[in-house]
Amino acid sequence: MAKKVALMQGNEACAHGALYAGCNFFAGYPITPSTEVAEVLSNELPKVGGKFIQMEDEIGATAALIGAALTGAKALDATSGPGMSLKQELIGYACIAEVPCVIVNVQRGGPSTGMPTGPGQSDMQQAMWGTHGDHAAIAISPASCQEIYEETVRAFNLAEKYRMPVQLQLDEICAHMREPVTFPEPGELEVIDREAPTVSPEDYKPYDDSQGQIPPLASFGSGYRYHVTGLNKAADGFPTTKAELVDAEERRQIAKVMDNLDDILKNEEYQLEDAEVVLFAYGSTSRSARYAVNELRKEGIKAGLFRPITVWPFPDERVAELAEQAKAIVCPEMNLGQMVREVERVAKGACLVSHIGRVDGEPINPGQIIDRVKEVL
Amino acid sequence: MAERYEIRFSGAGGQGLITAGIILAEAASIVEGKSAVQSQSYGPEARGGASKSEVIISDGPIDYPKATIVDACLAMTQVACDKYANGIKPGGLLLLDEDFVPNVPEGDFKVVRVPIMRTAQEEIGRAIVANVVALGAMIALTGVVAKESGLKAVLSRVPEAFKDLNEKAYNMGFEKVKAAMA
Repeated sequence: MAKKVALMQGNEACAHGALYAGCNFFAGYPITPSTEVAEVLSNELPKVGGKFIQMEDEIGATAALIGAALTGAKALDATSGPGMSLKQELIGYACIAEVPCVIVNVQRGGPSTGMPTGPGQSDMQQAMWGTHGDHAAIAISPASCQEIYEETVRAFNLAEKYRMPVQLQLDEICAHMREPVTFPEPGELEVIDREAPTVSPEDYKPYDDSQGQIPPLASFGSGYRYHVTGLNKAADGFPTTKAELVDAEERRQIAKVMDNLDDILKNEEYQLEDAEVVLFAYGSTSRSARYAVNELRKEGIKAGLFRPITVWPFPDERVAELAEQAKAIVCPEMNLGQMVREVERVAKGACLVSHIGRVDGEPINPGQIIDRVKEVL
Repeated sequence: MAERYEIRFSGAGGQGLITAGIILAEAASIVEGKSAVQSQSYGPEARGGASKSEVIISDGPIDYPKATIVDACLAMTQVACDKYANGIKPGGLLLLDEDFVPNVPEGDFKVVRVPIMRTAQEEIGRAIVANVVALGAMIALTGVVAKESGLKAVLSRVPEAFKDLNEKAYNMGFEKVKAAMA
């Protein structure tokens, strides 16, 4: 039988990807330009026995997400920048309590209410550093409706596997454009379910890392009882101020991500083999960059595109190699200089790094990128 | 077909031109298996004021998802024409509702004028199908998808009771343009 193909918005693709991954809980508060994610799931979740809750506000939604995830649910929330700001306290809680969940941020401008209907990529550093304290973050920035579907599935997989919140950093352009999406068959994409504890409820310790970096998470309601807190804690989940335990917990929570970069990082490389100018771009802006590469190549200019799909953790190693190879890295972003900081940090002056920032609610068009490449060469 | 073909539908918010764009994108992608991206003006001005919907169609992958310089543009109202009938490719096509766009812009493009709204209101009897008249007209003008593909996409979106009405609207829009160009 032919696969189902439908023309849909990126936000709708996100919702359908979540369902494929087994999402059975959504809590959120509607906000432009993310609302279609909630709209689709409010229709679809009840049909598959899931729960949809419109909460009183954004932080309440994240609280509900954490609570639902602790009962074993695959939980999703979708918002935009202003909502992300309100969630930060509990994103930190999900980090330290190690609760899997997926939060979608369809970026518009900012700070504060900004221009609700315009696109932005101005929450990129927030995705890493929005919540306080040392922690690891995983954030993914897809660039097409099909990729949004598939990367939403991967976001759930990473959340479950690494027992932590994962953020999907969309932007208004990708979220609202419509493209054909081919629905994968069941089994075609990997779906990772949470690892259950192998010990009895009496012996269970929710943060016991003696068997590995990521202790299995028991679901409340399945007979296991344990303590969940935002405080630093010992293996049994109860608070501790013992220096060695606090230090070990903080370091393990970062190491569980940084020791598994091969599994977590994902990039697309286009025409990079002989590239003298590398365009570093993600999300919808990467599509302008790809167009620019094709145009520049027609003129004999050796341009290529590096597109991080996983944006956090940052692909340090590969970007450092490209900085050695290229004369310049050009970073177009719909913000005034966010991921370019990481490019500069990693390039360590090995090549020129040039930023194109745009925050007027219009996309960065290929012409702007082409002009800049010609300037820096 | 060109590597990348760009079409803009513009008119008053509420005339259904976003839907017309979606149906064209479905005709190209779902029915004909090409690549297509549809996007639209998005904001408080979309209802009542001038509204636009853009469709990019290509045989290959589509990078930049927004219009660069359009191959064909529709304007249903003067306001929409003044705001959106720009950035048309040299030698491109401009389709106008002849009753609602009295001031025809000048430029290096071919202008085709047909009574889209009047056709819907008087010949079909339902103003609501003006967008489907417009879609048929645009497909006749550009040939970007086959006539049958556009019709198939229209019919797959409308309830059984309204299939005849929409088929008639689509065919009339198509024929008006064919007659205007003959």
